[in-house]
Amino acid sequence: MKTGFFDRFIGAWRGRHGVIGAPFLWLLLFFLFPFFIVLKISVSEMEAVQFKDLVTLKDGVLSLQLKLGNYVFITEDALYWRSYLASVKYAFITTLLCLAIGYPFAYFMARAKATVQPTLLMLVMLPFWTSFLLRVYAWKGLLSTDGWVHDLVVGMGLDQLLFMLGMIPAPGKLMNTPFSLVLGMTYTYLPFMILPLYGNLAKMDLRLLEAAQDLGASPWVAFWKITVPLSKAGIIAGAMLVFIPCVGEFVIPELLGGPETLMIGRVMWDEFFSNNDWPMASSVAVVMVLLILVPLAIFSKYQAEAQEARR
Amino acid sequence: MKASATGRWVARAWLFAGYLFLYLPIVALVLYSFNDSPIPNVWRGFTLKWYTALASDTEMLAGLWLSLKIALLTACGSVVLGTLAAFALVKYKRFFGRTLFSGMVNAPLVMPEVVVGLSLLLMLVSIQRAIGFPERGMMTIWLGHLLLGMAYATVIVQSRLQDLNPQLEEAAMDLGARPSRVFWLVTLPMIAQSLASAWLLTFTLSLDDVVLSAFLSGPGSTTMPLVIFSRARLGLNPSVNAVATLIVVIVAIGILVASYLIARAERQRTLEMSAAARG
Repeated sequence: MKTGFFDRFIGAWRGRHGVIGAPFLWLLLFFLFPFFIVLKISVSEMEAVQFKDLVTLKDGVLSLQLKLGNYVFITEDALYWRSYLASVKYAFITTLLCLAIGYPFAYFMARAKATVQPTLLMLVMLPFWTSFLLRVYAWKGLLSTDGWVHDLVVGMGLDQLLFMLGMIPAPGKLMNTPFSLVLGMTYTYLPFMILPLYGNLAKMDLRLLEAAQDLGASPWVAFWKITVPLSKAGIIAGAMLVFIPCVGEFVIPELLGGPETLMIGRVMWDEFFSNNDWPMASSVAVVMVLLILVPLAIFSKYQAEAQEARR
Repeated sequence: MKASATGRWVARAWLFAGYLFLYLPIVALVLYSFNDSPIPNVWRGFTLKWYTALASDTEMLAGLWLSLKIALLTACGSVVLGTLAAFALVKYKRFFGRTLFSGMVNAPLVMPEVVVGLSLLLMLVSIQRAIGFPERGMMTIWLGHLLLGMAYATVIVQSRLQDLNPQLEEAAMDLGARPSRVFWLVTLPMIAQSLASAWLLTFTLSLDDVVLSAFLSGPGSTTMPLVIFSRARLGLNPSVNAVATLIVVIVAIGILVASYLIARAERQRTLEMSAAARG
């Protein structure tokens, strides 16, 4: 037996250091540390091309300079808080739609014949492997004038309903509206809702439902009193997987959104790429992270619990 | 539970409508890539001209080549890092900073990419100003994709590791195998399927990424998604449909081959396991 690099490496498996240390260090360095840099730059003053140092030692006086102007500006300027509100609003609507479509979908998948379930699951995963960008782009064609979905929606008169709901500015115009934005996000994130729900519903002990029915509960009552509460973890995981990325989404609003759907991801992008205002872009990012901090904590907690519960 | 006839009918209709929704855009892209009309939305007969135009589209081809290289590197790196992280989380229930670690592993799954992209870029720029390295380009894009890919790989490998029967590893240890041999001979073959699917998923994630690449790319390192995105921003573009169709075909073939190989390996393993059990 030869003692190579891998043997020593795996030897550390017992000593734990390599296995825990390498990915831990990697994440600290490239995931956590950069956030502190963003935090620092968000309170820095731009000085030509360099940032002014936050802490300066001059004439024996140590001084700390924090420029909070960007944050004050965010609270004062309607553009920012409006786009924050719009982001949360559209992310919330998308989450609800994904749940409304995805829950029955996952439920029917989990109750289908055991032999067809792997195929059904594979069919949900397959779109993941084809480009997300191209699928979003395809909606552009489907929703614009003469597109299939455009003709279908207008032909059925559904555009009147959408107009009344305020999702489109005028009947017959579907592209670059709140409707096209929400449709695109629902489409993209639907599998992220279905997969955790399916995983949860497929593992459920069906004898509980039989017991409920034996005790006289109707299928509908049994569904609401047993199936839904037992799938709570799946609902929360799915909702967070949809809501959090939607808040900061950039590509979908850029391709499918319109003038009234300015979301915060786009605002940040423009601050960075068009205005070259790095401190302002950083401040917008910091506030965005604060906004999703609570959902993020819920997500991590449930993710960790779900992983532990599998043992 | 016996479902009623209506119930079954509703279930089938719902599933059918759901899959229609998921696949409609893909079908539309493929069909319209053969459309002989300058307006991509109006059907005017069959043509292959967009494919021939693609062959001389140097910008797109250069982007594709760069994207493939990055995706290959990303998939390999993500699987290694993700496997390590998954091992750390599954094998060690207590270590210093475990909560922080598991939080950091899961966060990139949902963290908006604009935030990850911005923070990585600002860090790289700070480092570059201090020591004059690294230049923005292929390597920095790879770094960003690796961060995202590692999170996905960890989740996939972790759930497989948790389903493993620990007795097999323990038995091998009891029979005197060193940890390294246990890993290569017992653990690795059993998680090989999850490693393969993690590799494929991170490969396609990287091949598809716009936001991280936009932040981390430098002059001369324009990936294919960036080319597609800049064209899609301007409006509908038939060349994009042609690229899309090619990607769909390549991915479909890749998935079919991979799932065939995985299924065969799995059958083989089940046979050997049951033979050993009967032994």
